[in-house]
Amino acid sequence: MTRLIGHSALLVALFVAALGVVLAPIGVKRARQDLVRAMYSATYAMFALVTAATFAMIYALVTHDFSVGYVAQVGSRATPLFYTIISLWGALEGSILFWAWVLTLLSALVVFWNRDREGALIPYTTMTMLSVSVFFLILLAGPADPFTLISPTPPDGPGPNPLLQNHILMGVHPPLLYLGYVGLTVPFAFAVGAMAAGEVATDDWIRLSRRWTLGAWAFLTAAIIAGMWWSYEVLGWGGYWAWDPVENASFMPWLTATAFLHSVMVQERRGMLKLWNLNLIVATFALTILGTFLTRSGVLSSVHAFGEGPIGMYFLVAIALTLLVSFALVAGNSEALASEGRLDGVAARETVFLLNNLMLTAFTFTVLVGTLFPIIAEAARGVKVSVGEPFFNKMTLPICASLLFLMGVGPALPWRRASKDVMRRQLVPPLIGAAIAAFAAIAIGARQVYAVLAFAFAAFALVANLREYWTGIKARMQLRNEDAMTALGRLVGANRRRYGGYVAHIGVIAVAVAITASSTFRKEYEATVKKGQVMDAGAFQMRLVEVYAREEPQRSRIAANVAVLKDGKEIGRLDPAMNFYPTSQQPIPTPAVRSRPWGDIYLNLMAFKQDGSDATLKVIVEPMVPWIWFGGAIICLGAIISMFPARRRSAAWVGAPVPADGRGVAPVPSAAGIMASNSLEGAD
Amino acid sequence: MSGNIEGRKRAALLVAAVIVIGGTFGYLMYGGLDKNVVYFLTPQELLAKGTKVVDVPVRLGGMVAPGSVKWDAEKLDLRFQVMDGVKTVEVHSKGAPPQMFRDNMGVVCEGRFKNGVFESTNLMIKHSEEYRAPKAGQTPQEMYKEMFKTLREDAKS
Repeated sequence: MTRLIGHSALLVALFVAALGVVLAPIGVKRARQDLVRAMYSATYAMFALVTAATFAMIYALVTHDFSVGYVAQVGSRATPLFYTIISLWGALEGSILFWAWVLTLLSALVVFWNRDREGALIPYTTMTMLSVSVFFLILLAGPADPFTLISPTPPDGPGPNPLLQNHILMGVHPPLLYLGYVGLTVPFAFAVGAMAAGEVATDDWIRLSRRWTLGAWAFLTAAIIAGMWWSYEVLGWGGYWAWDPVENASFMPWLTATAFLHSVMVQERRGMLKLWNLNLIVATFALTILGTFLTRSGVLSSVHAFGEGPIGMYFLVAIALTLLVSFALVAGNSEALASEGRLDGVAARETVFLLNNLMLTAFTFTVLVGTLFPIIAEAARGVKVSVGEPFFNKMTLPICASLLFLMGVGPALPWRRASKDVMRRQLVPPLIGAAIAAFAAIAIGARQVYAVLAFAFAAFALVANLREYWTGIKARMQLRNEDAMTALGRLVGANRRRYGGYVAHIGVIAVAVAITASSTFRKEYEATVKKGQVMDAGAFQMRLVEVYAREEPQRSRIAANVAVLKDGKEIGRLDPAMNFYPTSQQPIPTPAVRSRPWGDIYLNLMAFKQDGSDATLKVIVEPMVPWIWFGGAIICLGAIISMFPARRRSAAWVGAPVPADGRGVAPVPSAAGIMASNSLEGAD
Repeated sequence: MSGNIEGRKRAALLVAAVIVIGGTFGYLMYGGLDKNVVYFLTPQELLAKGTKVVDVPVRLGGMVAPGSVKWDAEKLDLRFQVMDGVKTVEVHSKGAPPQMFRDNMGVVCEGRFKNGVFESTNLMIKHSEEYRAPKAGQTPQEMYKEMFKTLREDAKS
């Protein structure tokens, strides 16, 4: 019954979505508002139906209905409820279903927030969202059908992939990733909608695109950081990034979206880079589809091997269609995309934005080549190769260093043209900061050129970004007699985009410093320790207290209880473990981590004697790792600050309550108000 | 548009700049790829290549030959053989094994082939995605049952 409900809901959703796609052009061309409204209703209906199918699947999972194909594949009576529910995205079919649900949710939101706008932009945007939804619903109807019938019904299933039921972050990382990844469909839909409607010359769609990109980008940032954290906490190698194809797949759209968020400012301020921005939006969306193809088609084997599906061809067709339609539309709109402004001087903010885009594009291209090269080599020459980390590190380190540097130069320079005086005033303090950081880094033992450069440029960028706050606050304090906190609040309130951007910069700097520090100063120690004995790990010692075993319903666990000592005094206990799942051929390691702001002690159980008399431990001491996660949170905070329009009295703000004393933060408008508001951003 | 000629000049300059930057970048990338591509070989392929693969980074993939795993816990020294059904290669690795090795398990070793032994710097266990129900008598559960018993008796004493 559950199976039937889910299956029919998806088929009807496919029909409704296809109907909506057909209605859109007829409705616009013949000015039939009723047909356009019918298409909007179809979008809501599609969302309701896919929601029903998703709930049917969750119900089937929770009730262990093994007659449902997907449940038989990932379900197990022994799996704890939380992991049973999140196994919705634990394998191919379920993750496509969840993907479709997020996509239809966002489609419904686009319609809901913009349904009263005049013109052809929103109908065509909705049509694009519906077309992408049709693609995923076709997958769900055929090659990735999660509701297949299994007969006879098996009594039990294998349970989810052991790696995916080992950590709570598996309930966090995928939804964030989908919201970010699928969210990038929306700016693409606005771009296509604007081109189809012939409205690229207006700034409406750019504003909508920017805001949606920012939202999706914030989710994607959080997702990538959460993925790094998961890999750090679960995989047991003490690292968080390996240039694995799956990581690259999520990272490439992030890079192009980051480029767009910067270059769009040049378009808004100077009317330049219109064509470039359109292409960035298209590239970002194409990269999300490509990434999904790489990770879901089994074309590459990676540690994230989720299994191979027959859906590779569908994705290739989707990528080809995306690019063809986009380029045809871009070509048709080329007149409207001519640049208005031009570069006035070399030393100006526009130039920094151009360089930043150049770097981010080069970065994306490097990752793309490194990721695709094994496929090309295998197809062309029949050899199996892998592109090692050295390639990525060698190619991207200079780019990362340049980006850090530009992150400091950009905010410091004015638009259009900077005089020598301004340059000197703005750039000398950050340079002093850079010099101090470089000496400090060398003093504490950093020897690689790039490590020293990274610390120096991070300091440079940090000083430059903080100075922007400082000068802004100082000016307000002098001109308006405000106290420092009020000045800060109003400064940010009046220029949310700009100061939110600087907050995000500070987050990126934190992540960059943490990655540099943890990889530069990381120390590893390995030893086999007898019960009661102690091994050295730099400033710490580890004493093996005991090796113990525990049986849980879904797995068996063998763990070592280890006392962490500093100067002979015990400062804590860690229990690294190995988990044995009945369906998995190997044990799944679970490291134990002691996190402190200055760094982590990361402990892994590598081997043990059957009688529990000794254990082989691997200790990794890494400074600053937690700052990667903090930095990620700061970046997201910056994105949130930037997302809301500045404090302006415009159409959407009439009636917004202003506190009697005029203090405090800006009132938060309703989401619909934000999305529909035509308010201009605060002047930067 | 102001000054079409100037616009054209600008465009030409821009194109030239893009070509120069792209060319430099492409050259760097090609060089980087050339040096950092790691070949993935089976024992049979490795041995067939002879001197061509001696002392260059390679990934060796295959199965752990049954009964070949020798682990010296004191020295943290691991030796085992990787086979592909045709040939076997002796693998040596310093440091602890990644958790546990089991016979006939798929494994990928990163390292270099020297003096007839594959010196591995990094061992990766292939996470097979196939959830075959393990055959009776093969389940890890049963293998470790005994161990649990010993450990529990330990805990009591």
